[in-house]
Amino acid sequence: MRISGDPHQLAAVRIQVQTFARDVGFADSDCVHIALAVDEALANVIEHSYGGRCGEPIDIELADAGHKGRAGIQIKVRDYGRQVDPGVIRSRELENVRPGGLGVHIIRSVMDEVDYTPADGAGMVLVMKKLSRS
Amino acid sequence: MSDLETNVERVGDALVVSVRGEITLAQTPSFHQSLVTLCAQTPRILVVDLSAVPYMDSSGVGTLVDIYRKIRARGCNMALVGLTDTVRSLFEITKLDSFFTILPTRDEAIKS
Repeated sequence: MRISGDPHQLAAVRIQVQTFARDVGFADSDCVHIALAVDEALANVIEHSYGGRCGEPIDIELADAGHKGRAGIQIKVRDYGRQVDPGVIRSRELENVRPGGLGVHIIRSVMDEVDYTPADGAGMVLVMKKLSRS
Repeated sequence: MSDLETNVERVGDALVVSVRGEITLAQTPSFHQSLVTLCAQTPRILVVDLSAVPYMDSSGVGTLVDIYRKIRARGCNMALVGLTDTVRSLFEITKLDSFFTILPTRDEAIKS
C-alpha cells in the first residue's frame, strides 16, 4: 500500500499492521510491538528522509513470513526521500537519556532482522522481519 | 483518534495532569507545550496520569524525558502514574522504566 507521509495517518496504518500480524498468528502483545516498530519507522521517514514534510509517498508491504510452524512477518518500508549511509543508522546509547533517537532502538529491539539499504534512484528501503517464539 | 486531551488539577502543592488519547508524533508538539506551561508553575511534583493513554510512541517518551529534565532543573519532581500495559512496555523497551518515577496511582505520587 502507498500512504501519504502524515503523522495523522499513522494510527490507521498501525491498525492495519496489527490486524495483519494477528491474522498470520502472532500473539496480541507481539502485534502491538510490531505495529510500534512500523510506526517508528514511518515517523523516522517523515522526520528524517522527508525532513518533516508531510504528504510525501511511503510504500509499505506486509508479507506472511511464517517458517516451520512459527508465525512470521516481513515488512518493507520504502521512501523516496534523502538517502543515507545505512552504517550511520544506529540506535543511540540509552545511557545518554535525552529526547529523540529512540525510534531505531525500538525497531531493533522489537524485530529480529532490520536491514536498511539505499533504494534505486532515491530514498531508502527498510526490511524488517520477525518470527514468533513458538 | 488523533485528539489528545489534558486536564490539570491542583492537589495541594502537586499538579496532576490527566492525559486522554494517544501520544504520538501528531500530538507531541501541543502536548509538549502544555507540559512546559505546567513546569513554569513549579509544583512540588508534577504527576502525569497516563491511565487513559492506550498508546504512545517514542516522540511521546522523548517529550516526557525533556519535561523531566526541565522540571528537575527547577528543583521539582515528576511522576508517571497509571501506565497501561502497552505504554509500560514502551518504557521497558527503551529502558526508561528505571529513569522515571513510575507509580501505580496518582494518590501514591502525590504522597511521595
